[in-house]
Amino acid sequence: MKLVTRNIGKENSHTLAVAQADGAYSRVAAAIARTPDDIVQEVIKSNLRGLGGAGFPAGRKWSFLPKGSPKPRYLVVNGDEGEPGTVKDKYIMIHDPHLLIEGIIITCWAIQCHKAFIYIRGEYDLPIQRVESAIAEAKGAGILGERVMGHDFALDIVVHRGAGAYICGEETALLESLEGKRGWPRLKPPFPAVEGYQRCPTVVNNIETLSYVPFVIEMGAQAFADLGSERNGGLRMYSVSGRVKKPGVYELPMGTPLRQIIYEHAGGIAGDRKLKAVIPGGSSSPILTPDEIDVPMDFDSLAKIGSMLGSAGIIVFDETVSIPEALLVLSRFYAHESCGQCTPCREGTAWMEKIIHRIIAGDGSAGDADNLVRIARNIIGNTICPLGDAAAMPVISYVTKFRGEFEEWIKRGRPISAREAPITHIGEKMPGRSAVAV
Amino acid sequence: MSTEMSMPEFEQVEHPGPVSWPETARREIDVIFTRYPDKKSATLPVLWLAVKEFGWISPQVEAIAADVLERPLNEIHAVVTFYTMFPKRPLGRHHIQICRNIACWMANAPELLEYFKARLGIHPGEVTADGRFSLEEVECLAYCECAPALRIDNRYEGNLTREKIDQIISEAL
Ligand SMILES: Cc1cc2nc3c(=O)[nH]c(=O)nc-3n(C[C@H](O)[C@H](O)[C@H](O)COP(=O)(O)O)c2cc1C
Ligand code: SF4
Ligand code: FES
Repeated sequence: MKLVTRNIGKENSHTLAVAQADGAYSRVAAAIARTPDDIVQEVIKSNLRGLGGAGFPAGRKWSFLPKGSPKPRYLVVNGDEGEPGTVKDKYIMIHDPHLLIEGIIITCWAIQCHKAFIYIRGEYDLPIQRVESAIAEAKGAGILGERVMGHDFALDIVVHRGAGAYICGEETALLESLEGKRGWPRLKPPFPAVEGYQRCPTVVNNIETLSYVPFVIEMGAQAFADLGSERNGGLRMYSVSGRVKKPGVYELPMGTPLRQIIYEHAGGIAGDRKLKAVIPGGSSSPILTPDEIDVPMDFDSLAKIGSMLGSAGIIVFDETVSIPEALLVLSRFYAHESCGQCTPCREGTAWMEKIIHRIIAGDGSAGDADNLVRIARNIIGNTICPLGDAAAMPVISYVTKFRGEFEEWIKRGRPISAREAPITHIGEKMPGRSAVAV
Repeated sequence: MSTEMSMPEFEQVEHPGPVSWPETARREIDVIFTRYPDKKSATLPVLWLAVKEFGWISPQVEAIAADVLERPLNEIHAVVTFYTMFPKRPLGRHHIQICRNIACWMANAPELLEYFKARLGIHPGEVTADGRFSLEEVECLAYCECAPALRIDNRYEGNLTREKIDQIISEAL
């Protein structure tokens, strides 16, 4: 069964005519015929979770908006898609932008808001173009505007283009960025539902989350919930990359076992090599070893084994991938993307990168594995936003689960063959590495 | 913020003469303003328009952006320098952003970057002498399923090989 991906591959699926022939906007009337609170309750019952990363139940988030505030309300849609390994939202924006708009309309009715912003990462030229022209088409057809499809309800949607900053995917940084500032995360509380865009009540949801809303209305909460696992309703899009035969996006039920996604849907490990490790939910999630991949891919099951479903960006490592080098790539990323507001994150990410770098360069010292874990532990819980934790958790899990590999690099130093090369070549000349073009 | 591996930081480059918004851009800015409840929120879209009009964001461009946005110059400068996609100096006619993050790294991106450097004779952060290309190493482009991936001008290319790079270079005039 497919829901948000069912139109991918159909010719001109992004145009209003094709989308409408396929049922786009058919659920708006049904939603507007019901009270806003009724829709919120329906979405709560559906167990639809936030699919941007944190997995917060969507309907419950909506219910936190303060009642009776005189301020305007906003819906801000997160299309920043910056978490390494996550590639899903662009498929909706490119192939089915009208489904997204329909989800936004129903959500705005539920939360009684008349203005939505879609924040899309700056590199996404085609998704931006598709969403903008879909909005223009919808306006022209009276689907958006002063009277949404003839109902007494006004809605305007504006696309806001980002400009290259991973941290702007974090919801409060995103709001700062939307307000025309640097993307510096805000201390919470207050949460955006209370004080968001321009200090007004604001709901922030991911593109994929909102694209499922029309199906909750169409199928009913119970039927939607039943598609998934306990407390994790419906389906979701799993992005699969790394050393698999068929990388791509797979829309499957919440709770599908990771093993099944890797070996059945993504075709197994490239070159039929052995599996070494899997990142289950984007680069920030703690890594899993091959004996852990029977885990059902839902928020609660992954939390139970100490990892995260996150954005469901699955990155597969085969036996030839070096874990310390992979961690260097990720630590460099977090050090680069730390916004620098909090000392533990700014200094900690820089130090972690430096230490891993020196281990890879052959200059590691005996205590370095412990140093890494200690620095990482000092970041967790001591920062304004979760990027600090996101940088620290991989370090702890990689060093703990693959400690032998780090010790070996520290003991033996950098392989002679790699010594000539500058460190930006990491990966190129390491033992056991092969150039895999999947 | 990162150490020796990041692309070299260059100083912001001035435009050779004074710059001013053309009439068409002024009209576009007025349209942008209608989309937001305040002018400040229009900062990113106005800066994007500036990149389109002037190629990069020089101190002079910051000044005219500050002017239409009615914001202090130092605030505009803080915003411009925060975001990596706002160029602070002229780029090549074709700007190549090659991903160095985890999926692309696993798919041999470091070697392809070396190949680019050899073919173009430049390092990341530089522009070729004929002004045709500039090169930049970037973090995940959200195209991991097609790793290794790059973005050139306004499009993506994935599943890169040396042959594909040759083709990209020869087709970009
Ligand atoms: C560093 C960081 C980066 C994030 N990047 C994204 C992103 O690119 N897209 C996204 O939807 N959520 C991202 N999030 C999660 C958002 O903060 C927020 O939880 C989400 O957009 C809420 O929508 P949802 O409840 O529908 O998932 C990020 C969080 C952090 C801490
Ligand atoms: S945790 Fe890091 S990214 Fe988040 S606000 Fe602090 S310094 Fe910035
Ligand atoms: S890691 Fe290169 S596009 Fe995601």
